[in-house]
Amino acid sequence: MANLRRICEQELSDQYELRVIDVLQQPQLAEDEKILATPTLIKELPPPLRRVIGDLSDKEKVLLGLELRAAEPRRSEPAPPVPPATETR
Amino acid sequence: MTQPTSTDAVQKLPTGMASFDVIAKGGLPINRTTLLSGTAGSGKTVFAVQFLASGIVDRGEPGVFVTFEESAADIRANMQSFGWDLAAWERQGLLAFVDASPDPNIEVIEVGSFDLGALLARVENAVRKVKAKRVSVDSLGAVFSQFSDQSIVRRELFRIAWGLKSMGVTALLTAERTQDYGPVARYGVEEFIADNVMVLRNVLEDESRRRTIEILKFRGTDHQKGEYPFTIVPDGGLVVIPLSAIQLKQKSSDVRISSGDVELDAMCGGGFFQDSVILVSGATGTGKTLTVTQFLDGGARVGERCLLLAFEESREQLFRNAIGWGVDFERMERDGVLRVVCDYPEVATLEDWLLHIQRIVAEFKPSRVALDSLSALERVGTVKAFREFVIGFTSFIKHQEITGLFTSTTSTLMGGTSITEGHISTLTDSIVLLRYVEMFGEMRRGLTVLKMRGSAHDKAIREFTIDKHGMHVGRPFKNVTGILSGTPVHVSPGDLERVWSQIDAEASARPRAANGPERRRGEERRGRE
Repeated sequence: MANLRRICEQELSDQYELRVIDVLQQPQLAEDEKILATPTLIKELPPPLRRVIGDLSDKEKVLLGLELRAAEPRRSEPAPPVPPATETR
Repeated sequence: MTQPTSTDAVQKLPTGMASFDVIAKGGLPINRTTLLSGTAGSGKTVFAVQFLASGIVDRGEPGVFVTFEESAADIRANMQSFGWDLAAWERQGLLAFVDASPDPNIEVIEVGSFDLGALLARVENAVRKVKAKRVSVDSLGAVFSQFSDQSIVRRELFRIAWGLKSMGVTALLTAERTQDYGPVARYGVEEFIADNVMVLRNVLEDESRRRTIEILKFRGTDHQKGEYPFTIVPDGGLVVIPLSAIQLKQKSSDVRISSGDVELDAMCGGGFFQDSVILVSGATGTGKTLTVTQFLDGGARVGERCLLLAFEESREQLFRNAIGWGVDFERMERDGVLRVVCDYPEVATLEDWLLHIQRIVAEFKPSRVALDSLSALERVGTVKAFREFVIGFTSFIKHQEITGLFTSTTSTLMGGTSITEGHISTLTDSIVLLRYVEMFGEMRRGLTVLKMRGSAHDKAIREFTIDKHGMHVGRPFKNVTGILSGTPVHVSPGDLERVWSQIDAEASARPRAANGPERRRGEERRGRE
């Protein structure tokens, strides 16, 4: 969780929306989303839909996995609307 | 859930799969995890679903199905063919799916360590929702293939197995193996996750598939050992054929029934026993089918229902032959005392035949069953499968107190024994031999009762003739020896007299010699050998 917040702060500044779901509290949501592993990070927008599981300890891998890496150098452009990303734990 | 006390042995949950419960000696250990391992196509998923289906149908116990491999939709569709309407049970709140099958549209990346807590939460949720008593997980191997970090998967599977136990459910976990005889499961850890291990096999033997189930271990409780054949039938799923479990428990009857032939009855000491199994052996054309026909006729005459399983001749042939011997099968069928099942043995495996026959018997409830012939069935399966068929069949009909008459064909025209007999003679109570006897350029027929468990019987080899009224047993072949060995030798009356007098002399020379005719005949037989 801390890893995720750090990545979001550092890389996406305010351009994200993050929803955290506790699967123990809301198992039905996990069922609907077909989630197996905790933690699972689901990037819903922008497409494509991506899932990253694990503690996100490797920032570069996370960004690569979410396909957000390409967006970074294009600083001049308006940042893509990343949200909402969902993390389950 | 009952609270186990220290003196409690492991309790078992009757699965509802009757034949399986027999070899499991009551069912699966309750509140424990059981691994079911098998190669591809060995019937794991069917078993896993059936475990839940029988719980729902037969015992009103709801279940949860966790699938890692096929999607829930696929399983619902596939199981329709067994008559299991999973969707209906889901609507009734008796069944819940936890669909953990991989979705090809979703790409998952692993970064760092994770656990399968979400999955466990989902299973727990589903168990709570339907108040499940049973959980099937299909299959563990597919979990490994969904994640790259195998060590995590390993650890998490242990956690899930532990979690299932704490939920108070009886769980069945399936796992793949690559060989029918080899390591229990592919990843080498599956068998340590569960308390109990069972193996399904689907072995290719002599070009035919043979399915077996083996209970490898049940922690702290007993089960039948070894492989048991099973088959998967369209409207019942997996049916185990328990062999040792049903053997030698049957009652024994003193009631005699007629063989349909007065003279043969007399030779048997008053007829066959009611729940006995009789083997009629003879070369082709010696009168086996006639014996069968008379046996059925004898039953029908006293109003007993008779079942004929014919694997050699067509219906038309059988009916025509019976008419030729004065027995009207058609009328018997009309009267509801006879049912004739004619088919080529090759249309099904022996396991399927056994189940098929059991169903017909359960439905028709015959008092007599005749099978013509075992030799025809023998060519369908392996020696072992055939033996198991005969064991399964004989014990089944004995349990139902049905009289069974089987025929077997000897390979040689004169004398000899068939391979069939060698395999099954110990399983039968009575054996009737029909033999050709060559006498002075003429083929005659001889009949003898070789064995009659629990009764005295005529030891003579008698001549019999066949005409339009059937079989007529006549006098013993007096002056002939070697009929059974297939080399009849004629002995002149003078020679015979000499032999007898010699035996008598020897007998009287000995102090405690018995002079009765029984004794004399015994001596004589030994002398010939």
